[in-house]
Order: sequence, then C-alpha cells, then structure tokens
Amino acid sequence: MFKAIDDKGIKALVSIKVDGNSYDVTGGETVASAMLQLGFNNLRNTPVKGKARSAFCMMGVCFDCLVVVDGLSDQQACMTAVQEGMDIKRQKGSAELFSLSDISREVIK
Amino acid sequence: MNEQYDIVIIGAGPAGMAAAKLCGSTGASTLLLDEQSGPGGQIYRGIENPAIVDPNILGSDYYKGTELAEGLRQASIDYRPGAKVWQVSSDNATDKEVSFSEGGIVHIVSAKRIIIATGAQERPFPLPGWTLSGVMNAGAAQILLKTSAIAAENAVFIGSGPLLYLIVRQYLLAGVPIKAVIDTNPLSNYLRAAPYLINGLSEYKTLVKGQRWIKEIKKSGVPFINGVKELRLSGSESVESVEYTTGGEWNKLDTDNVFLHQGVVPSVNLTMSMRCTHKWCNTQLCWCVVTDAWCETDIAGVFVAGDGATIVGAIAAEHLGTIAALGALHQLGLLDEVGRDSQAESHRKVLLKGFGFRKFLDRLFQPPRQFRIPKYGDTVVCRCEEVTAGKIREIIKLGCTNPNQMKAFSRCGMGPCQGRFCGLTVSEMISQELELPVQKVGYYRIRRPVKPVLLGELGRFKIKELEPVKIGDHCGEILK
Repeated sequence: MFKAIDDKGIKALVSIKVDGNSYDVTGGETVASAMLQLGFNNLRNTPVKGKARSAFCMMGVCFDCLVVVDGLSDQQACMTAVQEGMDIKRQKGSAELFSLSDISREVIK
Repeated sequence: MNEQYDIVIIGAGPAGMAAAKLCGSTGASTLLLDEQSGPGGQIYRGIENPAIVDPNILGSDYYKGTELAEGLRQASIDYRPGAKVWQVSSDNATDKEVSFSEGGIVHIVSAKRIIIATGAQERPFPLPGWTLSGVMNAGAAQILLKTSAIAAENAVFIGSGPLLYLIVRQYLLAGVPIKAVIDTNPLSNYLRAAPYLINGLSEYKTLVKGQRWIKEIKKSGVPFINGVKELRLSGSESVESVEYTTGGEWNKLDTDNVFLHQGVVPSVNLTMSMRCTHKWCNTQLCWCVVTDAWCETDIAGVFVAGDGATIVGAIAAEHLGTIAALGALHQLGLLDEVGRDSQAESHRKVLLKGFGFRKFLDRLFQPPRQFRIPKYGDTVVCRCEEVTAGKIREIIKLGCTNPNQMKAFSRCGMGPCQGRFCGLTVSEMISQELELPVQKVGYYRIRRPVKPVLLGELGRFKIKELEPVKIGDHCGEILK
C-alpha cells in the first residue's frame, strides 16, 4: 500500500466520496494518488473480462485507471485532481452512458 | 488566447519549456499547450511544487528543471496547462490546426509552425500477470514520489536502465524498505556495448554516477538479483508474488507491489496520426519520427523535439527544443540564417557529446527479446481489449501480416490507450513469427483524435464561419 513518506509537507485536506463513503484526502493530488493512499487496490473492472485493474502509468497514457467522477464515466484518475465534494465511483465494466433524462436536463439548462 | 499563433508548442517538458522560452523572447506569438497541471513534463514532474521537502531524495538532476520552469513562466507566451491536444491537422500546406480540450471545452487554434514535444512513455513490459493491480511502471512510482510524496514498502523493482536504478536509489534515500531489485539486463549487453565505451567516455561523470548508484543499491542490503531468464507475476486480483528463474531454477518473492521498467520509447501517436514518416530504430527498438537538422519532419513546418522523436534524455531534449525553435523562428522570418546557425552552435556541441554516450547507453540497456515478446500464450499483450499473445500468434498463423489486420481480427490496439501499450509488442511479434523486418511489418494506422473526446465537448464547440448549406447545391453535386 502507498503511504506518505515522513518528509511530506502538510497540505490542506479536501473531502471526497469514494463508492459512497466519505474521506478526507490531501488537496491538489490526483484521484489515483488519493485512492492508492486510501488503500483501494482496484480502481475498476475491465469491460471484456471483468478483471480488476489499478493505476499503471500515472501519466495519462495507459487508460487503466478509469473511474466515474461526478457521474461521468471513463475519467482518468491519474489526470484528475481531487476537489472538495467530488463523488468518485470505481468503474465496473464499460462506461455508463448518460440516461435520457440527464440529457434533457442538460438541454433545459 | 488568440485564434492564430506563429508557433504552437505541444508539451511542457524540457524540450517544450526550452522552445517556449526562446520563442517568447523573439516576439513570435506562441502558445504552449500541456496536458499536465504544471510545467516539467514527466522528468521534472511537479517541479514547481515538489511534494518532498528534502531535496536530497529526488537528487540535483531533478531540480535542474526549476530553471526551465522559471524561464517558461517569465516568457511572454500563452501557456495553457490542463490542455489535452487530440488533433493536429496539417492538411492545409501553410497553416496547421491544433484541436484541444480544456475543462470540457474544445478549442481550435491555427498555427504557422508546430513544435511537438510530447516526450516519451515507458516501454511495454508484457510479463505474465503485468495487468494485476499493484503492478505499475517504475516511472509511475516515481511520479507518486514527486507529486504526492508517497511510496509503497517492500516492493519488487524489475527491469533495467538508468531510470530504474534512479528510482530505487530515491526510494532508499527516502528510507522506504525495498523487497528486491531484479535486474533483467543480460550479460551479453555489456559485451555489445563495450565497443561503444569510447563514445561513452565523453560523459564519464554520468558513467561514474551510474556505477555509484548501482554500488549504493547493492551496499544497502537490498537483494539485487541478476541473470534472470524468466519472470511471472501472480495473484488473484492484486499481485501477490514474483516468480523468476536464475540458473534454471524457479524462485519466489512475496510482495504487494511490483514496479516495472525497461526503458522509454517515443510517444508517437500524435506524429503517427499526422502521417509524419517514422522509421524503426534497430538500436532503440522503437519507432522514431524522421527529422532533419532543425528537428523538422517531412511535413513542412512541423517540428518534433526531444524524446518524442528519438530517445535522447532530458538534457539533450532541452537543447533540441531550442534548435527546433531556432528552425521555426528562421522560417517565420524572425531570425536570419546567420543568427540561427550561430545560436545553434553551442547547443549542437552539447548534443554531439551526448549522442556518443547515448549510443553506448542504448546498447548497454537494450531490453532483451524474452521480455519484449511474450513466450506464454496466456500473457496479455493488449491491456485494454485483453488480447493475449496466444490469440495474436493464432491470428498470425491464419495469415495476418500486419498490425492493422491484427486490429480487425482481434480488437488488439482498439481500446482507449490506442495501442500505446501493445503496438510495439504486436509489431515485433509479427516480425518474429513471419521473419520480416519490423520496418516492413509496420505499425497501427493511428487515427485522430489521439485522446478521447466526449461528444458533448464537440457538441459545445461552435464553428464560427460555417456557410449555410443550400440543399440545391448538394443536389447539383449529386447530379454531376
């Protein structure tokens, strides 16, 4: 498991949700880094065989750390910074499309 | 932000930062786009705000990036971090169009010249079990150290090359216990590199430094395992153990984290999508975009500088970034030929010195075949679509002769990473099975967009001067 080395400078905390549970994490970090520190070994399950995957390249190249951020699927956890109130879900299989009602709400806006 | 620029630079690593600084000083209107949230690229990732307080842990080479980042911040250019470039079109011979997304909004700007400085990525390391959670690239472990000051205890580092030894050393300096280092570099590489040692002597300080790192690692008491022929990572969901053979015997190490590294290769998706000419490099074992003395590709006005073209390392990348900028500025009429050539001279001298050393390094750390081409059929090659080596070999036997056919038959390379972690393996596997040179086998035909874009992002984009289409015109076209 990834843990802070002693040398770490102190930064402000933000509150996020992962799979419905609330956590305080260091602000300015990526979703992937925050989840690794919280002990989430698996960030998603693959669409083809349902296998567990986690962050692999941490630089936006491999697309293995795809999670659902605030309802939007296929977000790269290593390229997304945590933000106060962010609602993260581990992605199970393929991306979920927005439901029609979500789209019409967007249009009405 | 303007709609038109003299120069658009893509990537804010050493090459991009150096190019931006120079362009800014000449009055050329310059836009620098970068996917990350701050300058530095991967080598100087998080350089403006390193999470680690003690500078000894990451080492002085890392902090060389500070000056570059400052140069970038002071340059009079438009710098846009968090901008994901997904298309560069050079269909029009004069101006090029760069499309990128930023916070869910699509922008398109036109540029007279483009400098691509998108750097490198780690080479695929297709071992049995490399897709298990807890298995990462060693570069990823380093990024977590640089940006979050976090590390995993009792990890096993596997592979070879300067970056691997550097990260191991950084872990040691940070006081993080390491389970073992498995060095996959074969003894034959030392023999192969030996004739080039004379070239390497120009950078003897770097050589000595590398030797010192390895000595330090060995002295620290971390098991340093050489002469490994086969490797296997096992676990149910997350990795639980590493198995390896030395002298024909299988050994096992229990661990929750494995960090892989066998060198870096140019990120070619953007230049491939633009149809720049690429060649297979038999020494670096990767595709390299063909460039001239000013880093210009065979598409006029498109320059590629740094590791994005050929692996040269951070220092050379910086100098190549400057040379590409000099070339572009000269073409724009902002610098005469004499000025361009004289300014380039000192940079070329540094490059010349470095290239000799690179020749030596490329041979010393050339990753062995058994770790580039999977032996066992159940090893995953395409991580996205979960296509195995066995499936790929089966399709080759059916008569598939190139990576694009492989895509069509197996979906290999069609997932979100767009072949970035399977392309090299597939080209080399076909080459091996059919006994053809990799150059002949070719690569996937990479298409735009090179990064995923949401339909919603495209939908929100408004094209300014779209001519209203009269239905009659179309009928006329059809009747013709």
